[in-house]
Amino acid sequence: MDSLASIFQFGFFQNAFWAALMASITCGLVGTYIVSRRIVFISGGITHASFGGIGLGYFLGINPILGALIFGVLSALGIEFFTRKADVREDSAIAMLWAFGMAIGIIFVYLTPGYAPNLMSYLFGNILTVSAGNLLFMGLITLAVIAFFITFFRMILFVSFDEEFALTNNAPVRLFNLVLISLVALTIVMNIRVVGIILVMSLLTIPQAISNIFTRNFGTMMILSVIFAFIGSMAGLLFSYSFNIPSGASIIFALVILFGILKLGSVGLERLGKNMRLPRV
Amino acid sequence: MESLLEIRNMSAGYEKKVVLSNVNLTVNPEDFIGVIGPNGGGKTTLLKTMLGLLPPIKGEIVFNESMREGSHHHIGYLPQVNRIDKKFPITVFDVVRSGLMSRKRLVGRYSREENERTADLLQKMGIYALRKKAVGELSGGQLQRVLLCRALVNQPKLLILDEPNTYVDNKFERELYERLRILNKDMAIMLVSHDVGTITSYVKTIACVNRNLHYHPSNKISTEQLAAYECPIQIISHGQIPHTVLLQHDH
Ligand SMILES: Nc1ncnc2c1ncn2[C@@H]1O[C@H](COP(=O)(O)OP(=O)(O)OP(=O)(O)O)[C@@H](O)[C@H]1O
Ligand SMILES: [Mg+2]
Repeated sequence: MDSLASIFQFGFFQNAFWAALMASITCGLVGTYIVSRRIVFISGGITHASFGGIGLGYFLGINPILGALIFGVLSALGIEFFTRKADVREDSAIAMLWAFGMAIGIIFVYLTPGYAPNLMSYLFGNILTVSAGNLLFMGLITLAVIAFFITFFRMILFVSFDEEFALTNNAPVRLFNLVLISLVALTIVMNIRVVGIILVMSLLTIPQAISNIFTRNFGTMMILSVIFAFIGSMAGLLFSYSFNIPSGASIIFALVILFGILKLGSVGLERLGKNMRLPRV
Repeated sequence: MESLLEIRNMSAGYEKKVVLSNVNLTVNPEDFIGVIGPNGGGKTTLLKTMLGLLPPIKGEIVFNESMREGSHHHIGYLPQVNRIDKKFPITVFDVVRSGLMSRKRLVGRYSREENERTADLLQKMGIYALRKKAVGELSGGQLQRVLLCRALVNQPKLLILDEPNTYVDNKFERELYERLRILNKDMAIMLVSHDVGTITSYVKTIACVNRNLHYHPSNKISTEQLAAYECPIQIISHGQIPHTVLLQHDH
């Protein structure tokens, strides 16, 4: 294994570093919203629906991520709209969208003549091949997410905790739901490059599960999640580089190990002495 | 004294279904109205329409000038405790001060005055010590007090409660009713309950809701009257309540 310092001299590694940082920020913030609001399943639906866009991208010869972006945002808005308006059972509708997106994706990939390059990196993620163009795209979304969550933090918390109460206070609940679910879709799609379709939901939930060991406060949970996601991505990045395995798998592996250690540690500490409690932030 | 709001000839319900029709009701500042009626009679629908969660299908709700002034919102709402997601990562203090959001612009922070007002109210309600706890760490009764603080922090002129007694034990129920009696000196209260026997000793007047609304301008109501209002309700007398004010008709 090369020494850490020498890795950083490679351009691709610098790109990977920035990609990991931006993935951590977006997943920390947006993931906390997803977990708190219990829309993990909805987000899973959006993720898999966007695979349809990747397939379509291959078929039409456009950038697959652009296709994923369109499918992701449209399915997010569709879910938000239909689960409120129509009399559809929410979970069955989402499961259908989930499967439908995957089916479209597979069909288009097969219809595309020749070999689909990089298909594996969309499925499993490859943070080591993130290009400067990818970074620009990630940067724009990251800025949008940061700006929105900082500016409207209080209102986001208000409409998320008790939607009905927020409505009785004339809060712009529907508008916020729409913007937030769109940001969820953007975050998912931009992180497909980093951890892949299959594992992107884990990057949006495991850091939050780790933070939840230490805090029950929305804002603190966001900050801690960013930090844990970053630790996990950096550890995963090194794994990925040293053993030549897909970055998605190694990042999630690192995060689950981190969760296991901290959870066991906290349970152990609480057993050890009843007065000795973990610091709650 | 001027009334707070007037419901005029209102029909209410959902897209495909009219639940309530021809409702007329005036709420005055000193009112304490017990809302009773059978399951599915439309009590929750009535409250939701008053809170602006449902648009009236016909007729109107006219709010008095004092209920509309500024961007303030003058109805406090206490939802059922079981509607709250107890796993949500939010502290007691944040829940309570979110009751002030209706007077906030979209962005900005809570002012020092607002934080102090929140702290004062928590102190008054005896839950200041819980302020840093997450809602998931509270008992049902404590959570209900937190939600009551949220409803009160913006000093509403009307407080609306939907079956506050369903998910808390008897001790908290009694405590809550006693608290409401004191609060009623400063604001009107509308309280939905199935427990007619208990609430009649606290409320001043009764509204029977079953497709229609029959207003009964006293807290003494007999089984026969309930039948006349087409409000089939079982009246259970509670032994531990000192004076049940239900009139049993003698034969
Ligand atoms: N979201 C909804 N969409 C359509 N119909 C509804 C909806 N909510 C309630 N209803 C119907 O409206 C009617 C009145 O319901 P409502 O909840 O107002 O009754 P309630 O008096 O509060 O009953 P309960 O004592 O059980 O709480 C019922 O027949 C119910 O099925
Ligand atoms: Mg009801």
